[in-house]
Order: sequence, then structure tokens, then C-alpha cells
Amino acid sequence: MAISPKIVQNLQYFLIEIGELTNFSGQFFRELFTKPFEWKELLRQCYNMGNRSLLLVSVTGFILGLVFTLQSRPTLMEFGAESWMPSMVSISIVREIGPVIIALICAGKISSGIGAELGSMRVTEQIDAMEVSGTNPFKYLVVTRIMAATLMLPILIIFGDFIALIGSALIENLKADVSFLLYFTRVFNALEFSDIIPATVKSFFFGFVIGLVGCFKGYNCEKGTVGVGEASNSAVVYASMLLFVIDFIAVFISDIFFEI
Amino acid sequence: MKETVNNTTVLKIKELKKSFGDNHVLNGFSMDLYEGENLVVMGKSGSGKSVMIKCLVGLINPDSGYIEITGNDISKLKQQELNSLRTEIGFLFQGSALYDSMTVAENLKFPLRRLTITASEKDALVLETLESVGLKTAMNLMPSELSGGMKRRVALARALILKPKIIIYDEPTTGLDPITAKEIILLMKEIQNKYKTSSLIITHDIDCARVISNRMILLIDGVNYAEGTFKELSSAKDKKIQAFFK
Repeated sequence: MAISPKIVQNLQYFLIEIGELTNFSGQFFRELFTKPFEWKELLRQCYNMGNRSLLLVSVTGFILGLVFTLQSRPTLMEFGAESWMPSMVSISIVREIGPVIIALICAGKISSGIGAELGSMRVTEQIDAMEVSGTNPFKYLVVTRIMAATLMLPILIIFGDFIALIGSALIENLKADVSFLLYFTRVFNALEFSDIIPATVKSFFFGFVIGLVGCFKGYNCEKGTVGVGEASNSAVVYASMLLFVIDFIAVFISDIFFEI
Repeated sequence: MKETVNNTTVLKIKELKKSFGDNHVLNGFSMDLYEGENLVVMGKSGSGKSVMIKCLVGLINPDSGYIEITGNDISKLKQQELNSLRTEIGFLFQGSALYDSMTVAENLKFPLRRLTITASEKDALVLETLESVGLKTAMNLMPSELSGGMKRRVALARALILKPKIIIYDEPTTGLDPITAKEIILLMKEIQNKYKTSSLIITHDIDCARVISNRMILLIDGVNYAEGTFKELSSAKDKKIQAFFK
């Protein structure tokens, strides 16, 4: 069976892209441990990414908790298991739904933002200007952004999970007259370290991928303003795909260590 | 201005070659820039002028050739040494390349980040440099609030702030109206007098070349086709040279 040249070409393009992304992450780790460190810029990026994503993460988390609880209620009621609602919702949100949904939302916001910002800096020669002024632009722009995303994502995810549980508690309070205290007591009884630790560890990787892909696409942007759009768009697509791959690997590894 | 030029070479290029695929942009370009000199390199669009200056500051790696800046062979320098050498060169980009997310003052402070001087000394230096380009009042404006001419002035101030030995101008008047372009040319002249820098000016603006150059090089087909003063070249009989002065 002959393989279409188009498929071969796409495969080649994909493999080249993977190779370049690997090189790019290699350069990130090399630059990460060499002086000088750009602490001020790192803090600024942490503030930008964290603070400016809070509202989006809060709204998403809250609606996620509301909808999940509303849609699960009828099924649990059929089996007379409404009292399991806090434990079911908390385990699902903390282990899987919260990290993945919030990471996807952040991929849309943070990764595309980085891609567009660095892309436009590249095409308007701002990155060249930085290099010419004796500053290492990779260290100043890329290392700080990837580190900021890696550090901020777990915080945003934990915060989003908490807001989702508040949304869920609100529905339980309105529909079944369950108090917030009782709801959260059941939540904390249900949750174990084996639920929280793997989810938190994988959220660092989610943050790393979101920052890495956004920086990779933006930093290597070509073709003028069209390229900026492409960089921003493909940053979201690549980051989202990689998030699912990482999630699969994380669940697989968690299964070995924690027998989920 | 000619009397300030001496024979010390601050920048030397020998047999510089650079190709992009089958497109041979530079085919053995050579030049010397002397201390205190204003050297204009002219060429048509796409003739490799911008590639040549990007090779000079290490933004593009040449295929072959030799580049020496203030006595340093740049191919032998480590990254940190190259970064340190770059502080001796001011670079004015064609599109100004101001950092969008920073104010004018922050743009100027950016090259000063690694200097061990106090914040108030940095502020004084920013103010002094902005004053020399006539934009003292624009300190807190964002680049998006500036006109094209103002952006070029701020970019020039940023290139000057480290008091470089050499300033490289990439098409300093492109995209400006004739009056603003003239103002920028006069400002360049004024700055050359004040800071005693050596300037390499890449342009296809004949007025700019006439006003500012001590010497000119015509870059045609990737090589230095002709060299001389503005007067010598403008009176040459060669058709290719004449095409620039029509």
C-alpha cells in the first residue's frame, strides 16, 4: 500500500516540530541554571499570569461545580445515593476534571497570549533589539515565562478546584438543604493524599507545557503579522493536545504508585 | 566633520559571505570603519545591507568571512564576551523596535540593567539622553502614544544610552515624511558631534547620504561595488553607480 506524499510530508513536518520543541526545552533547562537570573521579570510574569487568570479560572470553576452537581443529582437520586454527592464531586474535580479543564482554559489564555506577545516582539525586531543591547532574550523572555506558568498553574488549579466545590456546595444547599459545613466535612473525609498529590504534581507539568509551547511558537515566529496569528493559534492547539498526552501519562503513573 | 576622522579602524569586515538557500546575498563584502567616521552603505532593497549589519552584531551567522569590532574577532568570542562587546555598539532598527510593554523611560533603562550604578544615576542618564534627542517630556509615554519621528528619536536615545563607540543605523529615515526625515538626519549629525561616535549608516536615502557621509560604499550584487566620497561617487560615469544618484 503506497502512502500519500502529503501524509509523509505532514509526518516529516510533525517530527521536525517535535525535534525543535525538544531542542527548545533543552535550551530552557540549560539557561535555567546559568546566571544571571531574571528574578524581577519572573515575579512580574507570575503576577501577570496568576492575577490576570483568576477571574476566568473562578468563573470556569464555579460553573463547572454547579453544572457537574446539577447533572449528577438525578442519577444519584435514582440509586438513593445523594449523600455521596460531596465525595463523588470532590474526587472527580480534584483528581481529573478540575486540573484538565482549568489547564485547557489556561492553555487558551496564557499559551496564546505568550505566543502572540513573543511573536509580535519577534516580527517587530524587539527580540533582536534586546539581544543587541547585551541581554539574553531567551533567558529574559522565555525562561521567565515558562517558569511563571509552571509555578502559577498548580496555584490556579487548586484555587479553581476550591471554587468548583463552592459551586457544588451551593447547589447542594439549594436543592437538598445540605449545609456548607456538612458538605465540606464530607469533602475532606472523602479526599486523600493519593487524590491530591498526583493531581498537583501533574499540574506543574501542565504549566510547563503551556509556557513551553507558547514560548516556542512565539519565539520562532516568522512571516510577519500572519505568523503572529499562526503562532498564537497553534500554541493553543499544541498545548491542548500535549495536556491530554501528559494527563494520560500522569494517570498511568499514578495508577502504578497509588492504585487509583 | 571630516577632520575628526582618524585612521584607527573600529570595525573591519573581510570577504563576508551569506546565502539563504540558493539566494547568495553577500558574496565577499569587505569594509573598514574608521574612528569618528560616518560611513554610508547604500544599496537597493534586498541587496543584503540589513543582512550585513545583522552579521556584524551576531544576529545572523555568516557562512564565511571575518568580522572584527574594536579589535575583537567576533567569531572567537563566547556568548558573554559578545554580549559585553555589544554594549559598545548602538543599533538603531529600521522600525525603531521599541519595547511595546515599557514606557519610554523603561525602554531607555533596559540596556542599563546590568550596570552597577544607582537608580538615581540611571534616571539622570535617561533624562540626559532623552534631552539630547529633544524628548525630555515623553519619558512616561508608551511607544504606542508616539509618532513615527518620536519613536525613531527614542530608539536613537536607547542606542546612545550606553555611550557606544559605534552606532549602526538601519535605514534611519525610512517610513518618515521628508521634514521628519531631515530632522532625524540633523539629529544624527548633532549626536555624532556630541558623542564622537563612529557611525555605519545603511540607507537608500540619497539626501541622508549627502548630508551625513564622510565616505560611501555602494553594495551591489553582494559586494562593495564602489567606494568614495559622495562627491566622487555622484560624479562617476558608471551606469550602476549613476542609478543611485538620479
